[in-house]
Amino acid sequence: MANFWIDWLAPFLIIVAQILAVALPVAVSVAFVVYFERKVFAAMTLRRGPNVVGPWGVLQSFADFIKIFFKETIIPTGANKVVFLAAPVVTFILAFIAWAVVPFAPGWVIADINVGILYLFAVSSLGVYGIVMAGWASNSRYPFLGALRSAAQMVSYEVSMGFVIVTVLLVVGSLNLSDIVKAQETFWFALPLFPMFIIFFISALAETNRHPFDLPEAESELVAGYQVEYSAIAFVLFFLAEYANMILMSAMTAILFLGGWLPPFDIAPFTWVPGPIWFILKIVFLLFVFVWVRATFPRYRYDQLMRLGWKVFLPFSLLWVVLTAGVLVFFDLLPQG
Amino acid sequence: MAEQTISSYTLNFGPQHPAAHGVLRLVLEMEGEVVRRTDPHIGLLHRGTEKLIEYKTYLQALPYFDRLDYVSMMCQEHAFVLAIEKLLDLEVPARGKKVRILFSEITRILNHLLNVTTQAMDVGAMTPTLWAFEEREKLMEFYERVSGSRMHAAYFRVGGVHQDLPAGLLEDIAQFCETFPKVIADIEGLLTENRIFKQRNVDVGVVPAEDAMDWGFSGVMLRGSGVAWDLRKSQPYDGYEHVDFDIPVGKNGDCYDRYLCRIEEMRQSVGIIQQCVADMPGGPVSAENNKYVPPSRGEMKSSMEALIHHFKLYTEGFHVPAGETYTAVEAPKGEFGVYLVADGTNQPYRCKIRAPGYAHLQALDYMCQGHMLADAVAIIGSQDIVFGEIDR
Repeated sequence: MANFWIDWLAPFLIIVAQILAVALPVAVSVAFVVYFERKVFAAMTLRRGPNVVGPWGVLQSFADFIKIFFKETIIPTGANKVVFLAAPVVTFILAFIAWAVVPFAPGWVIADINVGILYLFAVSSLGVYGIVMAGWASNSRYPFLGALRSAAQMVSYEVSMGFVIVTVLLVVGSLNLSDIVKAQETFWFALPLFPMFIIFFISALAETNRHPFDLPEAESELVAGYQVEYSAIAFVLFFLAEYANMILMSAMTAILFLGGWLPPFDIAPFTWVPGPIWFILKIVFLLFVFVWVRATFPRYRYDQLMRLGWKVFLPFSLLWVVLTAGVLVFFDLLPQG
Repeated sequence: MAEQTISSYTLNFGPQHPAAHGVLRLVLEMEGEVVRRTDPHIGLLHRGTEKLIEYKTYLQALPYFDRLDYVSMMCQEHAFVLAIEKLLDLEVPARGKKVRILFSEITRILNHLLNVTTQAMDVGAMTPTLWAFEEREKLMEFYERVSGSRMHAAYFRVGGVHQDLPAGLLEDIAQFCETFPKVIADIEGLLTENRIFKQRNVDVGVVPAEDAMDWGFSGVMLRGSGVAWDLRKSQPYDGYEHVDFDIPVGKNGDCYDRYLCRIEEMRQSVGIIQQCVADMPGGPVSAENNKYVPPSRGEMKSSMEALIHHFKLYTEGFHVPAGETYTAVEAPKGEFGVYLVADGTNQPYRCKIRAPGYAHLQALDYMCQGHMLADAVAIIGSQDIVFGEIDR
């Protein structure tokens, strides 16, 4: 019996505690990311933003959540009920399970698997299923168009994103996310791989359906795209997932290019700040850029988006893969292992 | 596999749609993202304005004009009062004319600010809209200070304007003219050279000059296609011949050229406003003919005749001699005309309103041919559609 406790239950409880320790702060931080976005966007457009609920309006997101929680969930009569309700759940779960492999500091990770980056990539690729299911199951015209756009968009940008990751892997020689961060101790990959950093960030915008690539939910064309028929909790799940994905993509960019938990310089005042704080600061900075882009740019048209993905990003990132590999081989810099 | 015919995808666009600019309902026949046929359905905002006007005195009919195109209010009042003045053969004093021009141009800026930035919003840029609303707020305060109302002013009256400008208003307008060009520059900074904005607007909804005239376009829709036609120059009214301004003309007739024309027109309007402020003549703001223009309150306290005039004007209204006129002004959206038939009574016999947006909307199917759904939205934005005037 003692073996059962030590061998099975204790590790299980520890894992559950670890999952909660990651998932809960992520879920709560979503509320603050929404608030952050509204405040930053308001400042850029000469407005105040939320300032009524709680001090400086920080509780606005919670008030919104409570309000929307008590709304009626409407299922359209023509909808495929099972798929219609499964879609937001799929999207929501996928947005959260990706956090399993994200390292916050040396050793601070739920599952330190050796193919972490592939796992992340796979999970974020699956995200499109939720949207396609939502668009199809709604049995409505606008969501259907939104879902089609989304499928095309995500596939296109996933490809160049893959090549960006390949360049990083060539330099690191490992698929483990902690190893990738540790390889950046001398300098961040954003410096030598700067064009890749930019392409990755732009692809991340496309991957999370943010401006200027928010075509699946383009307000002025498709009203709200795949979300049109959703209400109450089902809508909240999509909404939470979208912002959780934004945070995830920012975290991924920080790990791959901005040195994860590493301080910018390995000298005194910077090393005093603990690693997780640096990691969070980097994520916040990238989220700020997300909002900044939203406030600045118009939206691409569907064909222009595809052209950018296939005719610009794909050849360019492919070229960089070859170039990086060539440089590494020529100067004999390939990681040993 | 046997050959199959695929029916096109019909999309019901509006009337509740964020990009429908009011209550436009489009039935789009699409092939994937490409629009094959556009069928605008109108009438959802029909209020029977023209018929209502036939049962009102001329003064009572005036406020309906504010409510046609509810973002270029005073320009429409202008057309109506000019039509009545033409039938009455009534002369407006110099100051009245200048005030009218001044507020017509304020109205033009008010309209173009809204249109340029909502066009930007239709292609996905949200920030310019909010910046422009800040400026619109200032302009509507000028409206409020002369008329007491932010939008539906009913300020232009037969024989002039309702009241003289309050003290300090001209200085504040001059001050606005100093700061406003910077805001235009800011908005342009976000849009004009923005690659995405250009990709979304250049070569979208192209209308050659010939076609623009055939479809009955006017205003920016016509000038964007390269036809230099502006009623303020070709048949000046209320002293537009005495102010100095240029008419921006486009080259390609696409959404981008129309956007550039509107931006430049705002700058020209600022110039006109500055000229009006600089040499604002003194004297009365409305004709001193109490058969058509109410006497002052002070006069009514001492003069029996003035009191009778006031009573008659606000009960029976004035009679307009039998006749008909088509009078048009260059409203921000294009040629806004009033065809007025008077039969000698105190009510118009017929008042046909020529709304520029109506002619523009009929060309929507032609302009959207072969474009994508997102382009259709950009084209609607660049047409400057407001449903108050189209449905009337």
